[in-house]
Amino acid sequence: MPTTKTERLDIKASDDVVRVRQLTRAYALEVGLSLVDQTKVITASSELARNTLDYGGGGEVTVELVEQGGRRGVRLTFDDKGPGIVDIEQALKDGFTSGKGMGLGLGGAKRLCNDFSIASKPGEGTKVMIARWK
Amino acid sequence: MAGQAGSDIASLVSRNEATILPEWLELQKKAGTLHTGRISEGELQSQSKNFLHLLRDALAQGGSDVSNGAYEPAKAMLAELSRSRASQGFSPSETASFVFSLKQPLFNALNRDKSLSGEQIASTIWTTTVLLDELGLFTLEIFQKSREEVIIRQQREIAELSTPVVKLWDGILALPLIGTLDSQRTQVVMENLLQTIVDVEAEIAIIDITGVPMVDTLTAQHLLKTVAAARLMGADCLISGIRPQIAQTMVHLGVELNVISKSSLADAFAVALRQTGRAVVKTKRIDGAAVPDKKIGRQEA
Amino acid sequence: MDRIPILKFGNTLLVTIQVDMHDRLATALEEDLTAKIVAHTARGVLIDISALEIVDSFMGRMLDNIAAVSRILDADTVVVGMRPAVAITLVELGLSLTGVKTALNVERGMALIHSRLAESEADDADDED
Repeated sequence: MPTTKTERLDIKASDDVVRVRQLTRAYALEVGLSLVDQTKVITASSELARNTLDYGGGGEVTVELVEQGGRRGVRLTFDDKGPGIVDIEQALKDGFTSGKGMGLGLGGAKRLCNDFSIASKPGEGTKVMIARWK
Repeated sequence: MAGQAGSDIASLVSRNEATILPEWLELQKKAGTLHTGRISEGELQSQSKNFLHLLRDALAQGGSDVSNGAYEPAKAMLAELSRSRASQGFSPSETASFVFSLKQPLFNALNRDKSLSGEQIASTIWTTTVLLDELGLFTLEIFQKSREEVIIRQQREIAELSTPVVKLWDGILALPLIGTLDSQRTQVVMENLLQTIVDVEAEIAIIDITGVPMVDTLTAQHLLKTVAAARLMGADCLISGIRPQIAQTMVHLGVELNVISKSSLADAFAVALRQTGRAVVKTKRIDGAAVPDKKIGRQEA
Repeated sequence: MDRIPILKFGNTLLVTIQVDMHDRLATALEEDLTAKIVAHTARGVLIDISALEIVDSFMGRMLDNIAAVSRILDADTVVVGMRPAVAITLVELGLSLTGVKTALNVERGMALIHSRLAESEADDADDED
């Protein structure tokens, strides 16, 4: 999957969540996503950025413009060095939360995107990748 | 062994290009490639020559193994050709014959080649057959894929065309759904309805599913999502036109629609009017014939 | 820190959210609104989100909370002007905000609050009889 453009952002404070949303919007616009698809991927980015901040103790996001088989898309990779997730399957279920949220972050973000993958090791951190295609 | 056969064929192609190319072109013309005027002779000539060179280079570098990276340029060219022919309206066999018709000229060249033993010729023919068959199938696969892309695009267009949102009254919309509701279509329908709600400031939308052949769990979910989204925007949804057998299936499936549903669009419209503070009242008919009291009036006159 | 302005119209409070809110701002709004409902004995809260391009689960929860708190304080909360794309996304996300009343625009929202006030006043009048 060739990447044609990429940017990286730190997620250290709640203002950064807003910045992630704005960056995602810029990329979604460049890809030419429909208004609804833009809204979906921006919302997913907001959920995951907040997860990175609240549960991962901060981290970073890489936003990419990707191309595959003639399709363009926006891909986001959230990376933190936090406590990690012990039971990923459980974490993806709606209503599951280890903190103060509504427990819709991970599962919700998955539903809002075309591609979703997560890798996590307890004690080492979590990496979540999402993509939305035109 | 395979690598040897590959470079053998490669050198054969190089040496005999002058005879292979015209023979191949002649066969393609006979197969009717140019008949409908969809591509010109010059175009066909340059495509053929180009492919022959790419094939020769691939054979020289990658042997006769199609999955070898050396075949990428040749495959890319075939893919491009296949896509353009699919969109130009070529049939699958017409498209695949581009590759398959190369067999005969190659075999002819092999047979004419005096430097090869009978055994060598036999094994080279086999290798060539396998190779060209694989490339031919690859062409067909790409052809199929591009046709599917066309179908998907058309489905999207049909979906957009077939979901009109109609205004029944000030603030009351109706969405008469016809046909199967899949995820793709529901998204278009939903966006359409919600945008119209904003545009005309509708308070109530009636989703009529008289024309929906079946309602399974997934369809019901799609409907409910639409209703939930409309509610978030401040509009109410009613569902009408649930046919008896659909109602039964839904109960059997355990599907519940937690919205106001009416069996006919007329009933739903009446509810919508009531909710917006309106009522339908009977008045005297203008044509006179069917209204008794008016008839009496006439007799009196 | 920035605050989102809260306007008062009679016994109704009006909030128009026009910025991409970060979480602290959302939390501050929740607190401010609660305080103002009590200070002005407001009976209705109107939150106009027509300028918002996204509502994520945090903001959704904030709206839910405001509605729940105002209900306890005897005020109705109406969220108005949610965009179609936002509504679709919220539903997909799994948030249906069942505790929140909605209306298409400020005008309709205001009418909704007034009609409910009229209803409850009529009830009160009945009780006094």
